[in-house]
Amino acid sequence: MSAEPLADVAIVGGGLVGCAAALALRRRGLSVVLLEQGWCGAQASGVNHGGVRRQGRATIQLPLAQRAHEIWQRLPELIGDACEYAMSGHLKLARTDADMATLEADNARAAPFGLELELLGRERLRSRYPALSSKLAGASFCAGDGHANPRLVAAGFALAARRQGVRIHEGETVEQAALDGGQFLLRTRSGLQVKSRWLLNCAGAWGASVAAQFGDHLPEYSIYPNMLVTEPIAPLDLPNLGVVGGDIYARQVARGNVVLGGGRGSGSLALDANRPDSGAISAAILAACEVIPALADALVIRSWTGVEGAFPDGQPVIGASLTTPGLWHAFGFCGGGFQLAPAVGEVLCDLVTDNATATPIAPFGIARFGGRGAVTDFIAHV
Amino acid sequence: MKLSDIVVVGAGPAGVRAAEALVQAGLRPIVIDESPRAGGQVYRQPPEGFVRSKKQLYGFESRKADDIHRSFERLAGQIVHRPSTLAWNCDGRRLDLLTDGRRRSQPFSHLILCTGAMDRVLPFPGWLLPGVYTLGAAQVALKAQACVLGGRVALVGTGALLYLLAYQYARAGAEIAAVLDTASSASKPGALIGLSRQPLTLAKGLYFIAWLRSRGIRVIDGVQDVAVAGGERVEALSWRRNGHEHRIACDAVAAGFGLRAETQLADLAGCEFDFEPSVRQWLPRRDATGRSSVACVYLAGDGASILGADAAELAGRRAALALLEDLGEPTCDGEGQRLERALRPMIAFQRGMEKAFPLPSAEIRACRDDLVICRCENVDAGALRRAVRDGGVMEINRLKAMTRVGMGRCQGRVCAGAAAEILACSTGKAVADVGRLRAQPPIKPIPMAASQPDHPAVRERA
Repeated sequence: MSAEPLADVAIVGGGLVGCAAALALRRRGLSVVLLEQGWCGAQASGVNHGGVRRQGRATIQLPLAQRAHEIWQRLPELIGDACEYAMSGHLKLARTDADMATLEADNARAAPFGLELELLGRERLRSRYPALSSKLAGASFCAGDGHANPRLVAAGFALAARRQGVRIHEGETVEQAALDGGQFLLRTRSGLQVKSRWLLNCAGAWGASVAAQFGDHLPEYSIYPNMLVTEPIAPLDLPNLGVVGGDIYARQVARGNVVLGGGRGSGSLALDANRPDSGAISAAILAACEVIPALADALVIRSWTGVEGAFPDGQPVIGASLTTPGLWHAFGFCGGGFQLAPAVGEVLCDLVTDNATATPIAPFGIARFGGRGAVTDFIAHV
Repeated sequence: MKLSDIVVVGAGPAGVRAAEALVQAGLRPIVIDESPRAGGQVYRQPPEGFVRSKKQLYGFESRKADDIHRSFERLAGQIVHRPSTLAWNCDGRRLDLLTDGRRRSQPFSHLILCTGAMDRVLPFPGWLLPGVYTLGAAQVALKAQACVLGGRVALVGTGALLYLLAYQYARAGAEIAAVLDTASSASKPGALIGLSRQPLTLAKGLYFIAWLRSRGIRVIDGVQDVAVAGGERVEALSWRRNGHEHRIACDAVAAGFGLRAETQLADLAGCEFDFEPSVRQWLPRRDATGRSSVACVYLAGDGASILGADAAELAGRRAALALLEDLGEPTCDGEGQRLERALRPMIAFQRGMEKAFPLPSAEIRACRDDLVICRCENVDAGALRRAVRDGGVMEINRLKAMTRVGMGRCQGRVCAGAAAEILACSTGKAVADVGRLRAQPPIKPIPMAASQPDHPAVRERA
């Protein structure tokens, strides 16, 4: 059995949120230990679409998204690698006139938060992006959005954090977590012991099980985004793409491969136990070919999924434990956490160091689920 | 259970014998095969209408090839044959298929995987030049199309196929620049114990070598530092032997280092794998009967372990008997045990072959940083080593995520072996301890345009 010296902060979960928090805290001079059951960034943070997108988010997420947007521009100085981040713009496509009306309403709601959104009608969309189907009714364009390579980002934050002195333990599954005499005490399956003054629960799809050890019972469930990628094809000259309704999303990387997502795979919380679904793959392919006709000539070379935590109201949990001072939760991003995560890391750093943050996060507090014992009522209500 | 839900994947020697045993028991299996005609790689049939005789195509093995082809023809009407069909995914009790640009699902109650093998590739300088093929591809060109690779062909690598192909090419009238074996004669005496378990097969191998030498063809073993030179395409091949540099002119090169089992479907079916040190490969676990670690999934032939065509016939039949036993069907008393006994010397022979023709893993471990390892994604050895040194990578799936090695069209079927050796060398771990590259569907590329009209999710959209 090995033990770590007392740390200021222990973090459970080496996804992008945990790694970004670790780096931010260390840069503020705190000692940090991070425990990850697999490899850092190998779960939802590493297998998602890679969309770095503010457009289309719920308005309560936009302040966080704006803070994250600023961080994404500084990746090279922050972690020493741009991680293939490209400010390609993001285009949200309307397939019908009703979709177009939805976009107009969404844009009106987002405008006060400083997103520069441009509505494109049928003709302008077609002339600006000839690779898109002429059947589309229009789109909304957000020039400042883009995409990045998710396999590299959390791993890049982890490496940078390690270089700064964060003690990262991979392959360590936390089995016990408790507050004991004013200190958090964590014990892993292999017997590693970690003690800290603060604890950050950034355990993604496993977050609720960590929270439950402290009596915070949350209605988290797992989702498995269904992803696939084509062989490299000629440049489509398209930004990162989504559609109204969110059933598919696509981006072409610099090498020419088109990364596509849509529908759900299946799996469990066991590591590497999730699978893409061939029916969902078929549906995503059909829908994508309707939007980008040139995709019909491409070959699919790979598909994958990963496990991600979600809540019934579609929003993550970011905030204090209701039971345990010094414990902060940030998980369950419902498939939309990649862009937000660097800012969530900084917010967690604010909360630990200042007990407050300038970024509004009240809507993500766990009290919205009614506190202890109310979880089943909430699920029944949903 | 519907008896038609028994699926055999592959119509090589293992698949044909498995299907035959099921038909004899009164079942009607579905046989899925990537090729338009049965026979597998070893007994690959040319397209309809080609007129070369089986003796010309298969040499010593023509009787066996003919027997497999005729056995399969006799099954017509008693099986559901799905030729030219790729099984690209296995999910639970369902295969996803692609035939003529159309996708469909195939549920199964029982599955016999006879997925065969492909060349084991090791990168060497110049391996991406036009004119460099695998030994297997060179043989396919000859069997299926009656073509040879070039006017003056050099054969390089190790293993039985090296000599067999040289013999077949010479018989077909090709000019052979040289046959270069990376194994040295020093490795062969230790292998003789195993090899002697199959004296006829050993004799055939020795015959090929003697035959080649008697015709003045250069057969050289113990070669190192093989490199192909050329501008637009292959112009020459160089190597080192006993410290001396050698170079010959040639316009095509066939290279291969034994075979590797095609195990992706077994992986997607959820089979457990074990590392087999003699071949430095991960192989799906099976017992002597061919039962995998997953109920109702059986493994036979080179897709489970490289034992060659004769063993595949026996193992295919044995696996089918195991399936019948599991169904409670009567099987011929003691036949299963007889088949298992007959397989034992073949396994011993193969272990001997691996000793006689070992993978030159030391060379790939010491390769230059600028040698491209993953041709699909253009990842060189230096990138892999940097991921270890600067990124702390210690595991092969993590290496894939960080560098793209094995992420392209071939899904690591070509490069994973070499990448694992480099990763093991850079981390100081045994190659068994750097992990196994997980299969991801589709196991081979499938066209976006292929529609799947029978799927509920698709019907719903329509």
